[in-house]
Amino acid sequence: MMKPTIKTAFAAFVTAAAVSAVVLGTAPAQAAGNVATPAVQDWSFKGLFGTFDRASAQRGYKVYKEVCSACHSLNLIKFRNLQDLGFSEAQVKALAAEYEIQDGPNDDGEMFTRKRTPSDPLPAPFANEKAAAAANNGKAPPDLSLITKARAQGGDSVIKVSLKHPGGFTLGADYVYALLTGYGEPPAGVEVPDGGNYNKYFPGGVIAMASPLAADAVEFSDGTKATVAQMAHDVTMFLSWAAEPELEARKRLGVKVMLFLLVLTGMLFALKRKIWSDIH
Amino acid sequence: MQNGVVKWIEHRMPIFSFIDHSVGSGYPAPKNLSYWWNFGSLAGLALIIMIVSGIVLAMHYTPHTTLAFNSVERIMRDVNGGWLIRYLHMNGGSFFFFAVFIHIFRGLYFGSYKYPRELLWIIGVLILLAMMATAFMGYVLPWGQMSYWGATVITNLFSAVPWVGDSIVTLLWGGFVVDNPTLNRFFSLHYLMPFVILGLVIVHIWALHTFGSNNPTGVDVKGPQDTIPFHPYFTIKDLYGMGVFLLIFCFFVFFAPNYFGEADNYIPANPLATPPHIVPEWYFLPFYAILRAFTNDFVLYWPISWLMTAKLAGVIAMFGSVILLALVPWLDTSKVRSARFRPVYKWFFWIFVLDWLVLGLVGAHPPEGAWVLIGQISTAYYFAHLLVILPILGVIERPLALPESISASVTQPAE
Repeated sequence: MMKPTIKTAFAAFVTAAAVSAVVLGTAPAQAAGNVATPAVQDWSFKGLFGTFDRASAQRGYKVYKEVCSACHSLNLIKFRNLQDLGFSEAQVKALAAEYEIQDGPNDDGEMFTRKRTPSDPLPAPFANEKAAAAANNGKAPPDLSLITKARAQGGDSVIKVSLKHPGGFTLGADYVYALLTGYGEPPAGVEVPDGGNYNKYFPGGVIAMASPLAADAVEFSDGTKATVAQMAHDVTMFLSWAAEPELEARKRLGVKVMLFLLVLTGMLFALKRKIWSDIH
Repeated sequence: MQNGVVKWIEHRMPIFSFIDHSVGSGYPAPKNLSYWWNFGSLAGLALIIMIVSGIVLAMHYTPHTTLAFNSVERIMRDVNGGWLIRYLHMNGGSFFFFAVFIHIFRGLYFGSYKYPRELLWIIGVLILLAMMATAFMGYVLPWGQMSYWGATVITNLFSAVPWVGDSIVTLLWGGFVVDNPTLNRFFSLHYLMPFVILGLVIVHIWALHTFGSNNPTGVDVKGPQDTIPFHPYFTIKDLYGMGVFLLIFCFFVFFAPNYFGEADNYIPANPLATPPHIVPEWYFLPFYAILRAFTNDFVLYWPISWLMTAKLAGVIAMFGSVILLALVPWLDTSKVRSARFRPVYKWFFWIFVLDWLVLGLVGAHPPEGAWVLIGQISTAYYFAHLLVILPILGVIERPLALPESISASVTQPAE
């Protein structure tokens, strides 16, 4: 039995909830006017049971290593983390040993260089941010460790994906993929200054980074054809992992926690009904 | 009280009867409390989640401008279970405010602030203020772009205070810009404030237990037939509510942990690059909208424009919008507590809720175009509701007949 007062209250509450959903949905409004909206991609790490596609992420590491790492650091990733992607311990050791790092001081008080080990971070292309800026027209290329969480509307989110972006939500991964494949000729009326490149997904349309991917820029050892779209997909997969390496563990634990809470809440509800059964 | 040890302790310090009279069978509660009354215990649960997860985070966090951002990422990546603790804390803040906002609106709907619960209500407003200060300082700690620029914008507000404004800002900053001393003092205060909140919560519950809970009819408890013991009836009801609350909370923690956050805060703080939009967390948006509504062409500002700058007026209005809530027991002149028996107020209540949500919407958008006007209208309405509608409505409204008692209302519905 629903009393009219409760009904009106309920109707008002639903209205209020709808409005608040819009509030959240459009919260970080886009600044730039005519920026293209990145298309929704079907990432393997979406959804309640999503995981990273290991083969794709390994190819993505190769793209990062051979293309992106010329300018972009990945400071938060250590070689040992690459084992998450399915590289064996020996492979990771070998990958790390390809690079040197300065260590020390030793017992004689001197700095020395040695081969990198799995506990060392991936090498950065520039010695420091100033050097990176100096080599790139005064603005350092951003570190990519968190790029898919730090662009568009951030990291993977079940809700955003399931709603298919009605409030303008774009996953960081969709944005990164769109950006990598979004280069082209500027439309009439868009002035692209020297040192700039037109990209329809970049706020303002002009980005300092030149189109980084060209067909067959890398050679994949598994025989996958290195098209621009393929490389963009793989490197975005890799960077999504780099930004949220805990994602798989988080979702696995989340499913268990939700099941536990469902059972617990169900039992608490039954107990509540039982205890309250003598109250009118 | 059969146990000898219990008896021994009870004789020297009657803690067991104290607990029984607080949340046990010795505390009578109105038998008609609805699920809207669950949100107090839910807010309490959120506070405990925040304190426990926060203490663990503080063991791993480094409050230094060059290390803070990376220390948070180290928690996310290298500390065992660190991502869980951090996401619990991050989303716990949102859910704490969510519970508290519903708790406050419940109080407004059922007139829980009226005699003899005015002090209980005022303590509640103080808790809200303390929560806002805590949340603001906590958001600065990861030292991302929004942390830094949010801190810059909000601390700069105090510069609008006449004569001593600049000194206050310098004191808040511990220098002449937002920098390491700012981060250090915010960390220290962010650790302190939750315990201030905890103290206020204890006083809040003390005041509550003096007269007991209000109830959906707003009619006083007339005798034992109107009440049931808190335990087991409301302990189990609160526990069930906590189960539902945790289900929703954990869904966000595990499957959409950054839903309430800003992508920009995963970019390390950079004093040389201002983000295109500086947006506070969602729970501050309505207050942010009130702050920004005060521009030179805002009608509400004209009468005071000779006295102060629009910026100062906005700052006063923003803090005033919260502090005014403390005066609601006196602004509402109606003798009837529950909106169930106030046919006109009921509508104004829901318009007020809607107005508050619209303010949130305005706060999320850049102050351009129609949003400016919508923000000013909804700001004016916010204050009109509290300062004009509430006092007048209590005098002119004809309330419905009140039930004789809680029991009478349960056996014979009013409508």
